Amino acid sequence: MKINHSRLWSWLVAILILAVVLALLQASGQAFWQGIVINVGIFIILTVSLNLSNGFTGVFSLGQIGFMALGAYGSAILTLPLREKAEYLPRLPAWLAGVHFDFFVGPFPLGFMLATLIAALLVALVALLVGLVLMRLSGHFVAVATLGFLVIVRVILFNADDFTRGSRTFSNVTPYTDLWWVWVWAVLAIYVVWRIKFSSFGRTMFAQREDRAAAQAIGIATMPPRLLAFVVSAFFTAVAGSLYAHFITSFSPTVFYFDLTFRVVTMLVLGGMGSVSGSVIGVLLVMALAEILRRIEDVNQLYGLSGVVLAVIFILIIVFRREGLLGSREIPFDRLWQKGGANQSAVISEQ
Amino acid sequence: MRNVSVYYGGIRALDHLTLHINAGELVALIGSNGAGKSTTLKTISGVLRAKQGLVEYRGEDISHAATDHIVAVGVSHCPEGRHIFGGLTVRENLRLGAVARRDEQTLQRDLDWVLEMFPRLQERLNQLGGTLSGGEQQMLAIARALMSQPQLLLLDEPSLGLAPLIVERIFQVIRELKARGLTILLVEQTVHQALDVADRAYVLESGRIALEGTPDALKHNPQVEEKYLGQG
Amino acid sequence: MPLVYYALQQVINALSIGSLYALMAVGLAMVFGILRLINFAHGDMMMIAAYIAAFALGAKLPLPVAVVIMLGGTVAVGMLTERVAYRPLRGAPDVALLLSSFGVGQVLQNGTLLVTRLMQKPILIAFPAPEVLSGAVALGPLTVSRLNIVSLSAGVVLLVGLTLFVTRTTLGLSMRASAEDLVAARLVGIKINRVVTSAFQIAAALAAVAGLLFAVQAGQINPYMGFTPVLKAFIAAVIGGFGSIAGAVLGGFVLGALEVLLTALPGLGDLLPPGPVADFFKTFLPSSLTSYRDAFVFVALILMLLLRPNGILGKDERET
Ligand SMILES: Nc1ncnc2c1ncn2[C@@H]1O[C@H](COP(=O)(O)OP(=O)(O)O)[C@@H](O)[C@H]1O
Ligand SMILES: [Mg+2]
Repeated sequence: MKINHSRLWSWLVAILILAVVLALLQASGQAFWQGIVINVGIFIILTVSLNLSNGFTGVFSLGQIGFMALGAYGSAILTLPLREKAEYLPRLPAWLAGVHFDFFVGPFPLGFMLATLIAALLVALVALLVGLVLMRLSGHFVAVATLGFLVIVRVILFNADDFTRGSRTFSNVTPYTDLWWVWVWAVLAIYVVWRIKFSSFGRTMFAQREDRAAAQAIGIATMPPRLLAFVVSAFFTAVAGSLYAHFITSFSPTVFYFDLTFRVVTMLVLGGMGSVSGSVIGVLLVMALAEILRRIEDVNQLYGLSGVVLAVIFILIIVFRREGLLGSREIPFDRLWQKGGANQSAVISEQ
Repeated sequence: MRNVSVYYGGIRALDHLTLHINAGELVALIGSNGAGKSTTLKTISGVLRAKQGLVEYRGEDISHAATDHIVAVGVSHCPEGRHIFGGLTVRENLRLGAVARRDEQTLQRDLDWVLEMFPRLQERLNQLGGTLSGGEQQMLAIARALMSQPQLLLLDEPSLGLAPLIVERIFQVIRELKARGLTILLVEQTVHQALDVADRAYVLESGRIALEGTPDALKHNPQVEEKYLGQG
Repeated sequence: MPLVYYALQQVINALSIGSLYALMAVGLAMVFGILRLINFAHGDMMMIAAYIAAFALGAKLPLPVAVVIMLGGTVAVGMLTERVAYRPLRGAPDVALLLSSFGVGQVLQNGTLLVTRLMQKPILIAFPAPEVLSGAVALGPLTVSRLNIVSLSAGVVLLVGLTLFVTRTTLGLSMRASAEDLVAARLVGIKINRVVTSAFQIAAALAAVAGLLFAVQAGQINPYMGFTPVLKAFIAAVIGGFGSIAGAVLGGFVLGALEVLLTALPGLGDLLPPGPVADFFKTFLPSSLTSYRDAFVFVALILMLLLRPNGILGKDERET
């Protein structure tokens, strides 16, 4: 895809607006809203990545949160200060016990970035190996097998005490994550996934999603696009894991399991499997709704209420509007500033 | 069946099709591959739904009736490709053929009757359907369709992929059934034989009736001769 | 303890846990066979049953009455989920059905949580185990828990009953026929909705029995207790070649045996008389491996899906 200058401008304008909003929020000192916006950013990374692996290719993976867990633990082990390491993870192998990614360049925590990248790249490697095996499966068996992967990750996290403290809380992670970290990664994830969608790889993903047999019949190899989607998705999911770990600073393996998986799947399905802008909208709507419901829940001690309401909405979408809000279409925000863009309909098809 | 249109997704398979079958008649439906013959049968038996038009059976509108109801009122569809239950025995297959009928008393009598017509099945009653030969499977499929005591039998390419000797036997059975007063709508690729047994025939092209007439008339129609009888 | 008794004890454990897995897997396989639905909410049927039983037993109802209420309630919930969340999706892609069952599972779990809140009960409820299911009996030199005996016999009785049902009754035959060829089943006049409803009823009833037994074994119940068992049931069903009832039963027992092996073998080093054999076990199969059991089981699942996707009984993939 050639880079069209007006489109590039559109991206830049959008990013500039976002940056101004974030700067204002940062300056306002509203901790509650900052926390929400950080969470939104993390969920956008998760949902957009899940869209790449599941929505674009139709290969329904339920194991992505396993990658998030690996990213969270991996990066947190790298950035944990040495004294905490000695105290909490006394049996860490020597080569890990001595590392502490706390390098700064001026105010910039380079160590955190490196730790995130290293963890995410390792996770991508794991995803490559797992994907080579699992992406060969078809239909619902991928779902079962990837769910198996999620369980395997959980069992390992629970039992690899030396690295993870097992079922005990992994705590004292340095709180590096802030609005800027999250949103730079979120924009990057959106941009990469968006570009993949409109690349030739993206077209083969969608082609084999519609009809794998037909795609194979006309000579489209289904494995490379599936694998690419799976690995890139795992990479960003692991990044989200790292950001999450350095945001809440203490966590345990139970966090990264089916509830979170279902939450992200809900966001994806609501927005539309295949639509990047849909994923963003899905995250915003579900987060808003969950936040409102949580208030009602807390005040009245009606735990379970928000879960029921969200799941009922989810079933209603599946039954009555399976393609979600946008299907595979996009809100062409990258053309809103194009000449005549305002006259175009707000929603265009991907082709 | 009047003015019926059927769609697969956005693709129209039947286009304002109208045909009728009189009681006791054997009507042949011929046409090239993809003309819509199977679709016609599936629409009558309720597997597919007409988007517009009306399917009527003995004065009852069955356009929207459930398949099991259509079977219960006497329409039995023996599908293309046989579709017997391979993991069930021949006896179980036949028993399921009678699942929609209301009177259980005559069940044994009908079982005896179809087994008399297909003695080969008698020997294989306890064998799994999937272990039968192609010809035997086709016979089982017809026998199963007969177990519902149909008044109208829809037969979709019963001779497909079978040896000439067995095809001969199948057509013999069709004649027998006709002699017993059964109304039959027969879809066939072996046009010669189909026209030989039929009282009347329709030629289907791209979801429309191209021709209709007696077998004799059709056999001497130059278009039919060229298209369907050329090689035969 | 003599090794023979140890082994026998483990065999009984394997059979008893295997029959619970079989009960769960059969329900999954029946529904999958007909609808191509991997019913994620199946484990939650178990959970619902356990809660109903807990409330009924907690209200001091006699066991048979509690069991009847439990069965009735669970079957009703099973039918309801089918009507609301799966029937409208007839003909939709497999993934839609699968997702819908996730939603159902979440509704059931969170709904149970909400109901226990409204009833002012704690989240974790101690299960009031009935008399006949607690304690152990001596069988010769062995002590076998009543629960194991009941699990095994309930499993055998129900599975034999189910086999008779699907081979001897018209409804059972219709069910197998629908699983084999849905279009042909419609063409012979089988009422598919009735078959699907029956499949859900039977699946829910079997899950209910399994749920009661699991709850007694665990001693406590919570809204999420169905998750791991349903995953195990998937594995059992996959081992048996998803969709086949006989396969699911076999898969359940194979999984039971596999789990008990994975639990028993690593501990063997500590039981054996000191010597090279014990050392071998201690070195290569230390008892700490036991906690990785579930990971091994799921690795087995993935291998199974890759190497024998049609199950150990199934034909080679290329033939079908
Ligand atoms: N399941 C289906 N999905 C989409 N199109 C179909 C399907 N079945 C048949 N068709 C199309 O409908 C038309 C009629 O098919 P059919 O009735 O099977 O023809 P015939 O039996 O005369 O060979 C063909 O063009 C065929 O490609
Ligand atoms: Mg045909």
